[in-house]
Amino acid sequence: MTALTAPARPEHDASLRPVPWRRMAWVTWRQHRSALAGVAVFLGVLAVWVWRTGLGLHHAYAAATACHPASSLACGALVSRFNGMDGFLAPGWVLQAVPVLIGAFAGAPVLARELETGTFRYAWTQGFGRWRWTLAKLVLLAVVVAAAAGAFSLLLSWYYQPYFGAGNQDLGLSEASPLTGGLFDLRGVAFAAWTLAAFAIGALAGMLIRRVVPAIAATLALYAGLAVAAGMYLRQHYATPLVIRNNFPTASAQMLSRWWTRGGQPVSQSVASHVLQGAPAQVAGKGGIPQALGSVQYLNQHGFTQWISYQPASRFWPFQWIEGGWLLALSVLLVAVAVWLARRRAT
Amino acid sequence: MNVIETSGLGKRYGSAWALHECSLAIPAGHVAALVGPNGAGKTTLLNLTVGLAPPSAGSVTVLGGLAPGSPGALDGIAFVAQDMPLYKNLNAADLLHLTRSLNRSFDQKYAEGRLGELRIPLKRKAGKLSGGQQAQLALTLALARRPRLLVLDEPVAMLDPVARHDFMATVLTAAADDGVSVVLSSHVLAELERVADYLILMSHGQVQVAGETDDLLASHRVLTGPAAEAGWYAGRLCVVHARSGGAQAHLLVRTSGIGDPVPPGWEAHPVSLEELALAYLREPGTAALPGPAFSSHAEPSEVTR
Repeated sequence: MTALTAPARPEHDASLRPVPWRRMAWVTWRQHRSALAGVAVFLGVLAVWVWRTGLGLHHAYAAATACHPASSLACGALVSRFNGMDGFLAPGWVLQAVPVLIGAFAGAPVLARELETGTFRYAWTQGFGRWRWTLAKLVLLAVVVAAAAGAFSLLLSWYYQPYFGAGNQDLGLSEASPLTGGLFDLRGVAFAAWTLAAFAIGALAGMLIRRVVPAIAATLALYAGLAVAAGMYLRQHYATPLVIRNNFPTASAQMLSRWWTRGGQPVSQSVASHVLQGAPAQVAGKGGIPQALGSVQYLNQHGFTQWISYQPASRFWPFQWIEGGWLLALSVLLVAVAVWLARRRAT
Repeated sequence: MNVIETSGLGKRYGSAWALHECSLAIPAGHVAALVGPNGAGKTTLLNLTVGLAPPSAGSVTVLGGLAPGSPGALDGIAFVAQDMPLYKNLNAADLLHLTRSLNRSFDQKYAEGRLGELRIPLKRKAGKLSGGQQAQLALTLALARRPRLLVLDEPVAMLDPVARHDFMATVLTAAADDGVSVVLSSHVLAELERVADYLILMSHGQVQVAGETDDLLASHRVLTGPAAEAGWYAGRLCVVHARSGGAQAHLLVRTSGIGDPVPPGWEAHPVSLEELALAYLREPGTAALPGPAFSSHAEPSEVTR
């Protein structure tokens, strides 16, 4: 397909200074203020909820950690109170949906609605120029939604703080790894980066599908696939896992896999379990599955070596930057493709 | 200067050519009507000239040599698409602001004045305006940009007769007062004469007739005479379209000039633009193009029936 249009005459175009970029600020605001207001209300309501439950959580945590002596019955009650709190928000799964909801409902309609209603024939024939129009709109909106998500994730960081306390395990308090699937991408830069990616996926889906509702549906599906793939397969490979022998990493580490060897040869879990069945009752875990350190020592005595690969909690920030980095690169790429498509195809 | 110039222009959607081998030059300073049946390629041609779609073959330039969609072309051409797409949730004042923001020049005073004359409330959402008001609003947004070329795709198709009249009056005023060149497409033939002084007939993705209406009218006439002789003339005259009602035959013929002799027993009548357009549209194989493209000879088909 060769576009054989003659080049513009330079003397005509040289005198034309393009319409200033800043004009798009008002245009974008006026056209998308209801979508942005929707995002603001959505995050605002969530923020109030997170804030209120978070206050309770922090109070309970403070009470449990301040309690003396820790072995007393009263302290035990405080610890169980903290551990039993808020099973809904604690695993983080509910909040995983926030970036994609923002991305799908703010991002997908930006171009899809223009194409669906035909208003692109107006917008793309104005003096501003279609690729500049597309670029300015997408970048402005992307920055705004990512900033809003970033602010919201500061609140989430505060909310989950008690679960990452260094001494939690000793006190019997719930402790989570900052790298845990449900929590890693709610904090740091990841939350904003995922929101940005969802927005970019939505924008490109809208450009390609050209209809609002199918574009939103496609965004939800694509994002879910990407998020699951990243959490389950990709994130653990950001850095070579550490390996620990005949011991367990701290609770703040993310365990990836465990295996056994005997005499340098790998043996299956079932072999180890079988040996463990012969162990005294207080050593073997329930069902013969070697859980505790005691069972590891028992198996050591029988020539087994336990290996565990894990990612230490200290890798939280490097992983955040890696994840934020590739999501940013992906978003830039998706927006660039959307702009390129707007520039070359139409009707 | 030609406001639109195409050469061998083609646009393919899938395997079908919406526009094929289209060569055309529309000079500046006209109200040019692009007429043809649905599917003739009018919208495709207009989309190519305003830069909404890239051509599949050939070339198109606007405003004397600019590439469609280039900054200069965007600046100089205002386009009102079919069905007047407006942001339905924005009010007229917002739409003025929007268009002002997106263009280098925008005559706010003119736009507000026109909307005042038309009694279109600035604070009413576009979606709540009547069809005629929406059309007028879209046209006002386009004209306030002070374009050199105004392109209108089926501007009056959805309008009632009064709104249609008012809309065209606005267009003609702009053309007369400000010297805006206008290219509009339509499948409505009525009022063509009042509106257009340049006619382009299209069918099947190709240009069939193009020229100033005065020239076209001067070079065509209807000959009425005995049906029995019609076949004989059909071979000798340049008959565009033949129609016989009983004993009488009506031949719409192209003449080389006013001085062409009228055959004995026949009468010559001037032709109206609507008749002329209809005759050509009924004979898609016939063409009357200016310049060398003229030579594709008419071979009327209906005479022998």
